[in-house]
Amino acid sequence: MTTDIAKEIPEAADVPPSGAAPATNVPHGHRRLLTRRDRLTLGLMAGLPTILHIALVWVTALASIALAFTTWDGIGFDSIQWVGLQNFKELFEQNPQFWPAVQHNVIWFVVLIVIPTPLGLFLAVQLDKKIRFSRVYQTAFFLPVVLSMAVIGFVWQLIYNPDTGLINSIIGANEPGKYIDWIGDPDLNLWAVLVAASWRHTGYMMILYLAGLKGVDPALREASALDGANEWQTFKNVVFPTLRPTNTVVLVVTIIEALRCFDLVFVFNKGAEGTELLSILVTNNIIGESSRIGYGSAIAVVLLLISLVVIIPYLVATFRKERRA
Amino acid sequence: MSTGTVALKKRAPIRPARVLLHLFLAGAALAWLAPLLWAVYSAMRPYAETSEKGYVSWPDTLNFDNFTNAFTQSDMSHYFLNTMIIAVPAVLLTLFLSSMVAFYVSRFDFRLNLALLLVFTAGNLLPQQVIITPLYRLYLLIDLPGITMSGKLYDSALGLVLIHVAFQSGFCAFVLSNYMRTLPHELTEAALVDGASVWRQYWQIVLPLCRPAMAALATLLSIWIYNDFFWALVLISTGENMPITSALNNLSGTYFTDPNLVAAGALLTAIPTLIVYFVLQRQFVSGLTLGANKG
Repeated sequence: MTTDIAKEIPEAADVPPSGAAPATNVPHGHRRLLTRRDRLTLGLMAGLPTILHIALVWVTALASIALAFTTWDGIGFDSIQWVGLQNFKELFEQNPQFWPAVQHNVIWFVVLIVIPTPLGLFLAVQLDKKIRFSRVYQTAFFLPVVLSMAVIGFVWQLIYNPDTGLINSIIGANEPGKYIDWIGDPDLNLWAVLVAASWRHTGYMMILYLAGLKGVDPALREASALDGANEWQTFKNVVFPTLRPTNTVVLVVTIIEALRCFDLVFVFNKGAEGTELLSILVTNNIIGESSRIGYGSAIAVVLLLISLVVIIPYLVATFRKERRA
Repeated sequence: MSTGTVALKKRAPIRPARVLLHLFLAGAALAWLAPLLWAVYSAMRPYAETSEKGYVSWPDTLNFDNFTNAFTQSDMSHYFLNTMIIAVPAVLLTLFLSSMVAFYVSRFDFRLNLALLLVFTAGNLLPQQVIITPLYRLYLLIDLPGITMSGKLYDSALGLVLIHVAFQSGFCAFVLSNYMRTLPHELTEAALVDGASVWRQYWQIVLPLCRPAMAALATLLSIWIYNDFFWALVLISTGENMPITSALNNLSGTYFTDPNLVAAGALLTAIPTLIVYFVLQRQFVSGLTLGANKG
């Protein structure tokens, strides 16, 4: 998939055309040419990064799973106690924050896929029309993507602050008695923060779709226009179906983004009531007042399972296609 | 930019649809910049004035005092330095390690390669919170007396560099191996026949050809690592040791006491990424689309 996209963007044209790529498999005779030292070099080249990656990412992910079935105070290994499914039971049945958090993660995804994603696609289609100043517009829409989520959080606080913020100042709700608390009110704050998230997501989606659109064969569009199709019909019947690979990437990126969201909310209101998220609950179990390792891990396992449901099919499809290529 | 040629070709009639489109796009672009412009505006006004006249008001004074105050009062340069100490080695090391993996995976068919790439890529897509609890414990357990200031991997720049490298190398290995696969095999074959060692093939033949991809990835990684908030928040305990993005959260309570200073501080933090973006926009965008599988 990635190679497809690379092929499609002229900007990545410094990439040698993949069409000229030779077979992936090196003839086996080559291995005989390798000296012992070469083998050792190769082993180290592949081995060191792999060990680092597996130790810090996969061993810890597995440790999360193991710890989810225990209680541990973090002091000495002998205090680890096996408790079976108790953490999960407590999480599902007693934690008042868990189901709201799941719900908020889902809402996060739904909002991102329903509003900024089509908007990004729409902007990409407009900017793909060889218009003047396209680059200027692109720079403006894409700017938020370069900023850190933390900075975005601070910038939007200036807009939402009940006393001094832009919105309340304009509508005159910044006086006692008339306050609209965009940051604290549990009925409002998730939506407020989602506006900021969408602000960033739109630009990201626009760039991905622009890259995808560059790969659409102009002849297809011309043929469709000759057949008398109008702009919308051409887009719906010709352009959009050819964007399928981009749509897959967009879907995966958006789901992962919705599972990862943390910084923005943490800066905004630390995940107060109304904006609980799975990522926030996990983190509160580390740096918060109640440090419960096993319990925090159980939440992480829920997050892991949801992620893997997305990641595995995506990667299998990507790599299967690559092997065929 | 294709504006020149377009202008020549389409000098003809001005179509109303185009005008409408430009109006829409210009309006939308302005709306998109509005939050940032508002932050700039707030940051340029003295607090005394805004607290008296309100934030939505015509300015009497516009200056950069808030910026200089935010910068000096909170000793921001110290946090920028912390970021450099973490980001520079992390970017270089990530590129170095992931290019080695990519070289191995794309040039030598050792059965493992697909599995290896799969492990790396999947690891990169996981939410950070999935691994943070054990990672935090692990960092507390690893004693490094004399090597890091804290004597542990926890609360050290080294710890942050390592997790950045481990986490980001998956994405880079994936992109680079795709890139290396497009390089003709004859290049290394000839070198192999000439008796060049594997290391020389990597270092002198393949790596120099990967410069465009490496440049794109370096840009992307610099911004991502600079923008990281979460790892440092959890894995650094001493406020003094935090990189700038994570430090912002503490600073906003202690030094940035009014919204104008907060705005100035946040914008100052954003400046390096904005510079990189404007100078290397092409690299950034091509890196992002090159490896569009990134979350």
